[in-house]
Amino acid sequence: MIKSIEKQRNIIDFTLSSLWRRKGKNLALLVVYTLVVFSLGSVMFFTQALKNEAAIILRGAPEIIVQKLVAGRHELIPMASAQTIRAIRGVEAVKDRLWGYYYDPIGRANYTLMVPEGMDLKENEIIVGAGISRVRQVFRGNALLLRTYDGRPISLFIKGILSPESELLSSDLILISATGFRRLFGVSGDDATDLTVTVLNKKEISTIAAKIVDKLPDARAITRDEILRTYDAVFDWRAGIMIAILAGAVLAFLIFAWDKAAGLSGEERREIGILKAIGWETADILQMKFWEGTIVSLSSFFLGVILAYFHIFYASATLFEPVLKGWSILYPEFRLTPFISGYQIAILFFFTVIPYTVATIIPAWRAATIDPDVIMRT
Amino acid sequence: MFFNPGIIALFISSLLISGMVLYASFYGALILRYWDIKSGSETQLNLERRTYLISTIISYACVFQLCSFFLFIYTADTLHPFFTGAMCAVGSLNVNKWGFPTVILKTITFLLAGLWLIINFTDNRGFDYPLIKVKYLLLLIITPLILAETIMQSNYFLGLNPEVITSCCGSLFTADTKGVASEIISLPRSVMEIAFYGTMMGALVLGAVFYRTGKMGYGFSAAISVTFLISIASFISFISIYFYELPTHHCPFCILQKEYGYIGYFLYLLLLAGGLTGMGVGLLMPFRQMPSLKETLPAIQKHLTLISVICYLSFTAIATFQIIFSNLKM
Repeated sequence: MIKSIEKQRNIIDFTLSSLWRRKGKNLALLVVYTLVVFSLGSVMFFTQALKNEAAIILRGAPEIIVQKLVAGRHELIPMASAQTIRAIRGVEAVKDRLWGYYYDPIGRANYTLMVPEGMDLKENEIIVGAGISRVRQVFRGNALLLRTYDGRPISLFIKGILSPESELLSSDLILISATGFRRLFGVSGDDATDLTVTVLNKKEISTIAAKIVDKLPDARAITRDEILRTYDAVFDWRAGIMIAILAGAVLAFLIFAWDKAAGLSGEERREIGILKAIGWETADILQMKFWEGTIVSLSSFFLGVILAYFHIFYASATLFEPVLKGWSILYPEFRLTPFISGYQIAILFFFTVIPYTVATIIPAWRAATIDPDVIMRT
Repeated sequence: MFFNPGIIALFISSLLISGMVLYASFYGALILRYWDIKSGSETQLNLERRTYLISTIISYACVFQLCSFFLFIYTADTLHPFFTGAMCAVGSLNVNKWGFPTVILKTITFLLAGLWLIINFTDNRGFDYPLIKVKYLLLLIITPLILAETIMQSNYFLGLNPEVITSCCGSLFTADTKGVASEIISLPRSVMEIAFYGTMMGALVLGAVFYRTGKMGYGFSAAISVTFLISIASFISFISIYFYELPTHHCPFCILQKEYGYIGYFLYLLLLAGGLTGMGVGLLMPFRQMPSLKETLPAIQKHLTLISVICYLSFTAIATFQIIFSNLKM
């Protein structure tokens, strides 16, 4: 046992020194390999992090959202519907929500307006997100001028700015009082944007959602799980597309790796020939090649993973956030919560190391089975 | 069909492994047909050279196969939120008829691949390729299974339809439904407990006997194989409930989830490794008298026995520990 470990140790020792002797070639391979791992890893870390953010955010979302539909479009829902829903057994509470979007020609951006629950705001007071404050250069105590639905200007005083930590969500957000909201958009006191339903027994959510649709045929009930599933599917799909695109790069890399492994230099051939002449067996050379592959793979793999980690969680995924996140003027500045799982590492391993290994088996075998006399004669 | 990184990774690895074993079996068949160690012909020399390539390819393929087994289970587990009614891997595997057969086939190829690695290791210890024909015969058995597995897995992933309402493990692993699982669960607990601890004791004792004297190798190997099946049945029947601390929950897949600290992977790995090495001992028994293996084979078998006994012992220890110290008291 000790003897065989000692043998492997010596082979690794030799492999390392032989890799170092051909620095240029191996470094080129290492750099390309690392880049491939880095780009695939970045995609995976990024989508997983976004999925996690979505899950954390939605944990606080209402169990069921009820929206009225007219001709397939979302409409204002009459408050009377809340009574109908409250009558369903198992419903704990029904609340009406007021929210909407406002296009601001000065900032050239869409703002999200929301009436917060349990926050005391006077009719002309608002709280704005950090993004709006940046774009419009307004701060606490200033007034923000908006236009009501019929074109009259309305000036709203900024009571506070939302903390930058929640910027992913609140960058474009304006919190406004219910009366202010109704005056701005002309929504009558009998209507709400939609209704949220809390359910006592979580297992009954889908049944209650079905009952709501049954009693209010013109409404749709969206459950929290559905939203979460949709997010998961969308992010997975985006990651899948990115990976499919990057598959071309992986393929190019494999051809490159094959070429590097197959194109033995005269010096390398001589080295193998001498090793065999002094008593190394084919199996030993294969073992040397195995360690060579392992050393190159593992160093590039871990280097790539670490770089991807920094890229996503410390450099805000600068390279491809527009593709995966969406696009907007009021772009939130945020840092994702670092998250990494063994599953992602395993998938990444399957994408890079396994194809690389497969691509280099045959060249390694070719090198290992050269006859020493053939080499020495050339 | 989902466009999910895990699924793409499994597709790629399955295709690669299939390609590798196909390539290897082609030369394997040539070796079976033309191999003659006494000859010095060019064909023979070429074949001898090829064996290095084939062993390397298959060794890698086997290792990849082992990894993809766990990746598959984990991926099935992560897919469950997409299916109404699914709560763990059982639900997503149950979405279409290919899910469970793929898992079973993967377990079988996992074991066969492992056995192949054991034979290959032994073969390399003898100077005259003593097991070469056995090795490539086994390869010709494994190849169609791996190809079938690739097709089944593709069918499974391509047929994933989120509209399907599937069953959760809570309804599948109960005594009321029909099937093997429910028959196991409806067996009296005491019978299962006696069967589990009885066969386990038997296997371990036989292992000790074989380790000390080198006798009863076949008996040990058979006992290990039987214990393997009984352990899985017992896990569903009475061990799982102590992990879940829920007397009605018998699912063999929920234990793979994060809530249980991924202990399931470790337990199944112990069972699979123990079963594999134990079966390997039996597989190597007929070759003990081969002249070139006489010296090395008993030592290899001893090592295998030791690994097998340690794995099974750890499995039993963890299960018993959980039964005694679980918050669930029956």
